[in-house]
Amino acid sequence: MKRLLLFLSVLLLAGAAHADASLPGDSVYRLAVPLTDQDGHTAPFATRQGTPQLVSMFYGSCTMVCPMIIQTMQATRRAAGEPPAERLALLAVSFDPARDDVEALRRYAATHKLDTRWWTLARTAPQDTRTLAAVLGVQYRQLPDGDFNHSSALLLLDAQGRIVARTRIIGRTDPDFVTAVRKLVANGGSSTGP
Amino acid sequence: MCRRLLLVLLGLLLAGPTLAADYAPLSGGRFASVLPADGKAAPASLKPFHLRTEPVTNAEFLAFVRRHPEWRRDRVPPVFADGRYLSQWAGPDALPRQPVTRVSWFAAQAYCESEHARLPTWYEWEYAAAADATRADARSDPTWRERVLAWYARPSNEALPTIGGAPDLHGVRDLNGLVWEWVDDFNALMVSSDSREQDGADKLGFCGAGALGMEQKENYATLMRVAMLSSLEATDTTTNLGFRCARSD
Repeated sequence: MKRLLLFLSVLLLAGAAHADASLPGDSVYRLAVPLTDQDGHTAPFATRQGTPQLVSMFYGSCTMVCPMIIQTMQATRRAAGEPPAERLALLAVSFDPARDDVEALRRYAATHKLDTRWWTLARTAPQDTRTLAAVLGVQYRQLPDGDFNHSSALLLLDAQGRIVARTRIIGRTDPDFVTAVRKLVANGGSSTGP
Repeated sequence: MCRRLLLVLLGLLLAGPTLAADYAPLSGGRFASVLPADGKAAPASLKPFHLRTEPVTNAEFLAFVRRHPEWRRDRVPPVFADGRYLSQWAGPDALPRQPVTRVSWFAAQAYCESEHARLPTWYEWEYAAAADATRADARSDPTWRERVLAWYARPSNEALPTIGGAPDLHGVRDLNGLVWEWVDDFNALMVSSDSREQDGADKLGFCGAGALGMEQKENYATLMRVAMLSSLEATDTTTNLGFRCARSD
């Protein structure tokens, strides 16, 4: 009976192939969300594959913790030996797509002197923001006054989008996390190879 | 049991698209949530919305998976669901009219999109679940609380009942007493109410002081649900966790 059920299910379910079957199953790039950067370019999240990424979430009008997140990302890159853009990219996605439009992201990058050769500030639609946060394991919540509360996390993605390391230490660099970044960069972005 | 499921499967094969799910209108408004909007005492403010009258069932989810094979058990990538996703379907005991469980947040969200809907927010869910047969907010009635708590006490290894509980004032069924249900903002519930009160490295990890201040501490029944939801990862699936969908008006 079970076999018949299975057969029936296969019959029922045979059809479209998976879109990004080439990506590992635990790759966050399985998530089909578009990101728009500070220059107004929109591309699927998955186009960031190929280069290891330091990823976090923030929002532009946040004055306390978010600048510290951005600074910690900078400091982590420095501590890891300032790898060139093609070996390590930095991505911060906004919780606040309503206020963080392209112009706001561009201004934020300029104010904080972020070098856009390796830095990307990005936004996406509200529902995609929630989904992206879920994939990254970041919690956030909008307050009645428009501000956000959020957990602070820095993630390290390998070239294929696997989460290799994660830290919640903000305000200074996390030595273990820096080691993970160095190792990944040294391996050319592969977290599974030798 | 198995034959019954087979019959349903065959029925699905032959019947094509299933009937549209029922959604009931809820008026919303100001609502005293256990999670104050500002972390202190502000009531939640809800726009009118529609809520599915029943949780999504095994049969409905099967029809969805059939149309969207990327959500099949053997195809879903681990980034979207853990290894126990829909594992109850491998056994003989899954009934068509039981609420579907062992679905991840991602899978629930994808299902709701297929109904041109979304997952309800916590406030929408809590507001709807506050009702009983005659009142929109029955939470102060000890009977309401006892009913919810009695359900929590039910052993989780018992077979899940099927849908079809008594409708509440809004015409919505089985909010309390059948399964836990995903909400859209499950990953927003316990985040501190004020990330601007920074006073030390330990608190930075949560961008503020540990946990959200919760109102109505006597409302233990609802707080338990908040605690459960906030402990979940979006890929988690459990035996007693299902979902229903909502639509903005």
